[in-house]
Amino acid sequence: MALHGNLIVSIEECKGCGLCVEACPPKVLHLTQQLNHCGYHTVEYTGQGCTGCGICFYVCPEPGALAVYRLAA
Amino acid sequence: MDGYVLAQHRAHSFYPVFDRKPDAQHQTHYCPGCGHGILHKLIARAIDELGIQDRTIFVSPVGCAVFGYYYFDVGNIQAAHGRAAAVATAVKRTRPQSIVISYQGDGDLAAIGSAEILHAANRGEPITVFFVNNAIYGMTGGQVAPTTPVGAKSTTTPFGRSVENEGYPLRVCELLAALEAPIYLERVALGNNKQITAAARAVKKALEIQVKGLGFSLVEILSPCPTVWKMTPVEAQRHVRDELAAIFPAGVYRDRSKDAVPWNAPARPPGDVRGMLGIAPSNGKKPAPPGTFVDQRIKIAGFGGQGVLLLGEILAEAGMRAGLEVSWLPSYGPEMRSGASNCSVRLSTAPLDSPVVSSPNVLMALNEPSLRKFLPDVEPGGAVFYNRTALPEDCRRQDVHFILRPFTELADELGDARAGNMVLLGAFLQMSRALPLEAVGAALAHMIPSERLRALDLEALERGRQLVKEILP
Amino acid sequence: MPSQLMKGNEALMKGAILAGCRAFYGYPITPANEIAETAALYLPQLGGVFLQAESEVAAINMCYGAAAAGARVMTASSGPGISLMQEGVSYLAGAELPCVIADLMRGGPGLGNIHPEQSDYFQVVKGGGHGCYRNLVLAPASVQEMAELTMLAFDLAEEYRNPVFVLADGCVGQMMEPVEFPEVMKVTGAPEWAVTGTAATRHNLIHSIHLEPADLERHIRHLETKYKRAGREILRFEEWRTEDAEVVLVGYGIVSRVLKAAVERLRRRGIAAGLLRPITLFPFPSAALRRLSARAKLFVTVEMSTGQMVEDVRLALEGRAPVEFYGRVGGIIPAAEEVSDFVVRLLTLPQVEEERAWMAMF
Repeated sequence: MALHGNLIVSIEECKGCGLCVEACPPKVLHLTQQLNHCGYHTVEYTGQGCTGCGICFYVCPEPGALAVYRLAA
Repeated sequence: MDGYVLAQHRAHSFYPVFDRKPDAQHQTHYCPGCGHGILHKLIARAIDELGIQDRTIFVSPVGCAVFGYYYFDVGNIQAAHGRAAAVATAVKRTRPQSIVISYQGDGDLAAIGSAEILHAANRGEPITVFFVNNAIYGMTGGQVAPTTPVGAKSTTTPFGRSVENEGYPLRVCELLAALEAPIYLERVALGNNKQITAAARAVKKALEIQVKGLGFSLVEILSPCPTVWKMTPVEAQRHVRDELAAIFPAGVYRDRSKDAVPWNAPARPPGDVRGMLGIAPSNGKKPAPPGTFVDQRIKIAGFGGQGVLLLGEILAEAGMRAGLEVSWLPSYGPEMRSGASNCSVRLSTAPLDSPVVSSPNVLMALNEPSLRKFLPDVEPGGAVFYNRTALPEDCRRQDVHFILRPFTELADELGDARAGNMVLLGAFLQMSRALPLEAVGAALAHMIPSERLRALDLEALERGRQLVKEILP
Repeated sequence: MPSQLMKGNEALMKGAILAGCRAFYGYPITPANEIAETAALYLPQLGGVFLQAESEVAAINMCYGAAAAGARVMTASSGPGISLMQEGVSYLAGAELPCVIADLMRGGPGLGNIHPEQSDYFQVVKGGGHGCYRNLVLAPASVQEMAELTMLAFDLAEEYRNPVFVLADGCVGQMMEPVEFPEVMKVTGAPEWAVTGTAATRHNLIHSIHLEPADLERHIRHLETKYKRAGREILRFEEWRTEDAEVVLVGYGIVSRVLKAAVERLRRRGIAAGLLRPITLFPFPSAALRRLSARAKLFVTVEMSTGQMVEDVRLALEGRAPVEFYGRVGGIIPAAEEVSDFVVRLLTLPQVEEERAWMAMF
């Protein structure tokens, strides 16, 4: 599967609410077992299958926790 | 990540680091899964896209969003609980070119601020309101809100909201849609990514309406509060979608954005402010006071419509023009609209201490109740002008001078009973000689613009002077 | 013509306009209505804003918004309306916003009546809203002062970034006297701290919330410093025939004028009376009162209340001399003769003599 998109998670901004995990159409996000410095299980991209649709960004309540990239045309 | 471009990231209208926040400055103070953060992002993005960051003024409420100024890199004003719409009204009127956002929760807008939002909407204030409805008081820890569903438990409805005690959930969009002025009212929800996308469109549209100067816009946002609802973020999102949306249907409740025309306040040149205010240019000269000592403490009383207050004003105006120290003090309020009316006038060659006339040396009583009320106060040796030819039996005093003439009837003979006050004034002038006639003429010219009425007044004045000449030739 | 005859309320608003006021947000109430009506007539013609709000609560919060956006703004009301405005006044003080508020006092409590009283002293001078703040308070006693002190109020509000009250009894607002307006015309731009919707002011913030106790204490201390500075810089009072006064009458507003007549009456009866009239009620002329106590044996405070300012007189004198009180309420303006009779009675009462003798021992 081609990598259309990519996702960078800012670990210290993520609060582990899981809304992005729920909303992600290709289901390529999950919450890790690690805790960040605030004590949240943060989200992680499996590294495969992101389409760059940006839905995770829209449902995320934090302004800068997620950065979505798309493969330039 | 060669070949990748950034597609979605932190909006420019957010501060890069939240310096104003006391700690954890890299993230918001909102709970995990809170709708405020989602909405903040939609607003910040719309500000970016519309290019209005410098012009935007964000009015934050009391509630969880009280700290909006931590995040939005725009002008920020924090308002008292419920008053954001009133504050935003005046901000917009002061700075019409700015883009004013009133951001309010359901306690803030729908309870304590219900009057302010209703009237801001009804006036069609060209502001944008984002109304976050999560059906609960979040910041204070979960009390019932006007929007809480029937049956829902809260810390102040421990047995559930009852219709009997708290009434029904308040539907703000439906309420405001009954008004004529609003341009755009829409209710959206943050229940899933599809709803969030629709919310983003509504947010941007509401701001665009303000950019175009079309009028009042409000977007109500059904928003999750996982902490107080005691749900996981995902459950809370579902609750918004399934439960809240059933009580508060999403949709456009008003959209007149296509027909509305931008309103631009006409620019008005300030011009001559003093002239506009009717302020006479000062020549620094005061007319010389008369050589003889004057100390008139005058009480004028009658019923409304007899020209009691006007007579006093004419005396004061004429006195001022004659170089005297003057004051005029009315009884006021409901009294001046019906029933009794009185005023106190002082004319003096010496500086005036008090405008209050408690022991007059002149009483002008235009009816019997006035005579009864004020006759006992008249100083011995004082003059009493009474609007009849005879005194009531029980109103006699030996130590004051009475001038008993039917002033009103005499004015009626001249063509207008309302000029009775002028007949009385003529009699007073002839008797006291406290004021030169020219000063009274000048006062009348200043105060009575109608030539016809002024001619009548002068005639009445002359009639009054004749009355006294008949007594004291 | 050097001056023109005008109602106090009209003179107040015209003075405000000359001082650069271009925004008025208010709500109708007797006996303050002529102020709003004058504003409604002129401000729109001058490119300013007049808005009759839905309530006094909304009106004062509109003033908050206008001030935050850099407008020279004012409102006017009377006791019941001022009570409702106290929330906004506290926020204005906390956020350090300039605003002029005219209070044309009427009878209370509750609906009371519309006749003049001085019973808002406590709620305006001593606080009214929540928190450690003070209003600067000016008390005009004539139509001329209604104009002049209102003009001063705008300058003080801006300089101190604090609400300034013009506290007048309804009588001063309703009466007509000659008034002469100074030639000065204020032209003011927005202060640099204002939020005006421009790139230059984008980082400005108006708020009154300080979550951290240490932050809030620092902020309150800063406000306190301003109030102390006001005490040194803006104090105003009038002394009248006090040079040899053994009895000092103390009163403000319309009462002070009655007291001048009372002083004359007392002097005719051989009593060396004088008057101290506070023009600023906050700051209060405490030092002047203490100075007068070096000679004066008796202070008599007269108010159209059951005794509000008298507490400040007693605090100022700290027991240096007896302080007696005479008040009329309900809309009754005390007459000069009743005040002078009261003072004469006091001077012949044995207990006052005893008290004075007792105090002379110290």
